[in-house]
Amino acid sequence: MPDQSGPPDGVGILVPTGMLGGGFSPETITRGISLGADVIAVDGGSTDSGPYYLGAGVAKTAGDAVRRDLRLLLAAASSARIPLIVGSCGTSGTDSGVNWIAGIVHAICMQDALDLTVAKIFSEQDPGQLMAQLERGRIHALPPSEPLDAVTLRRCAHIVAMMGHEPIEQALRAGADVVLAGRATDTAVSAAFALMRGMPPGPTWHAAKIIECGGQCTTNPAAGGVFARIDHRGFTIEPLDPDTACTPASVAAHMLYETVNPYTMREPGGTIEVAGARYTAIDERTVRVEGSRFEPADQYTVKLEGAAVSGYETVSFTGIRDPQILRSIDEWAEVFTKALTGRVETVLELAPGSWGADLRLYGYNAILGELETDPATPAEVGVMLLVSAADQQTATEISKLANPLLLHLPLPTMSYLPSFAFATSPAHIDRGAAYEFVLNHVIDVDSPTGMFRLEMEPGHA
Amino acid sequence: MPDAPRTLGDLALEVRSKNAGPFWMTLEAFMPDDQTFRIADALITAELISELYHVASASVQLFRVPDLRVVKVSFPRPITQGSLHDRDMHAGQHHVPLANVLCS
Repeated sequence: MPDQSGPPDGVGILVPTGMLGGGFSPETITRGISLGADVIAVDGGSTDSGPYYLGAGVAKTAGDAVRRDLRLLLAAASSARIPLIVGSCGTSGTDSGVNWIAGIVHAICMQDALDLTVAKIFSEQDPGQLMAQLERGRIHALPPSEPLDAVTLRRCAHIVAMMGHEPIEQALRAGADVVLAGRATDTAVSAAFALMRGMPPGPTWHAAKIIECGGQCTTNPAAGGVFARIDHRGFTIEPLDPDTACTPASVAAHMLYETVNPYTMREPGGTIEVAGARYTAIDERTVRVEGSRFEPADQYTVKLEGAAVSGYETVSFTGIRDPQILRSIDEWAEVFTKALTGRVETVLELAPGSWGADLRLYGYNAILGELETDPATPAEVGVMLLVSAADQQTATEISKLANPLLLHLPLPTMSYLPSFAFATSPAHIDRGAAYEFVLNHVIDVDSPTGMFRLEMEPGHA
Repeated sequence: MPDAPRTLGDLALEVRSKNAGPFWMTLEAFMPDDQTFRIADALITAELISELYHVASASVQLFRVPDLRVVKVSFPRPITQGSLHDRDMHAGQHHVPLANVLCS
């Protein structure tokens, strides 16, 4: 990083895609660089696909897709001599996720002869240390969750803390060309470099929130990347695809996306307040935003995410086409559940409550369940049985007891055994461990960087 | 002549739903003009959401955004994302009960 004194007039941020591995055209990057990008920022994670990725510590994205994206980004960052920041590496931001991305980055740098200093920031937490903080009363529940207890903390397979911009800034100041962050707030990834260069927090945090999902704030979310220039009064944003537009409505509406409250959003160090923001079209595809504020908090808090094993699961699937059964499908489901519970009690001597099952009638009411009012008689139904038990062997055994029922269970009024349409042989698939999110809590900290571990890998030239 | 619009979904540009983190769900009705926004605004109340989604009306947060002609609704997920009985991992199909509400 060249040492520059005094803040610049503005900082340009290139976000190539809403998710590393999501793909983008090489022109996206060329265009962003030509617009004057000072940093490339990209998110590598989300909780949105469920607790498995954090629980198991594996990534959702395909390695080859991530490699392809990183190769383009590393080449662009290297030749433009600007930093590349990747947040929430490996979907959940576990240490394994950071190391996975670091391995890919290392291989590309070797292959393409890039001389880049890589920073890894680890955000996984030791339950023992959190226990001590819990006892000191420094961990608080976020709505709608209950206060944390020691048992829940110990159950977690992985716990990550969501970093703000400070650990990323620390890595940049230490000379990193590439920052690979563990779990980070989506906004911190985009905000870190601009805040470091002295841009005001109101416009910076608001811009960071708008661009973190890539093209989601444009008229064509599928088109990919966006470019924002933050200055001392606000920010200006445009899509990197020349055929796509940012409009005042498309930009403002992004504050609705996957948020509880569209006007305020809590970051570790304070709250983004956009109720007073004004959105103005500069031309038909560029929007100017002014009036966003950032209110610093009295207490710096870091959010914790944790996933624990909820059980071991087996999924079975069969199809029903017989109109006689379908006309009474609710009754059939009731009879099925009774029959399975009885068989499990008799054969496995398992009490109800020590195992669980979810019977889903796809094509009838599977998705909305009891929220579905008066569903019509379907032409066919896919019956999915999800069984959860304390261990895999038990979940498999229960599913094997369910198999004859999923194949032949008649209605009480029928005098013969119907046979249903299994889709595969065997009709069940063991899913292994299943996970659940169990943390929705924040921890009071004295230092924004204290919970995160920085490792630098200098370049080789 | 097509039939007159009857449901919120018929009137809206889009009614959508999504997770807002693993523990919350959020829904939005995007209306095409001020007149339909006023209809949505009057229609969508905490009591209606409570009835449609079997959640406590006190837990429902409502945001009315006239500039965007959007009514936004957030409430804690009755079933935590990814648990055994969660059938909609991203809560992406939970807009339907709201979209099906009759407007007249």
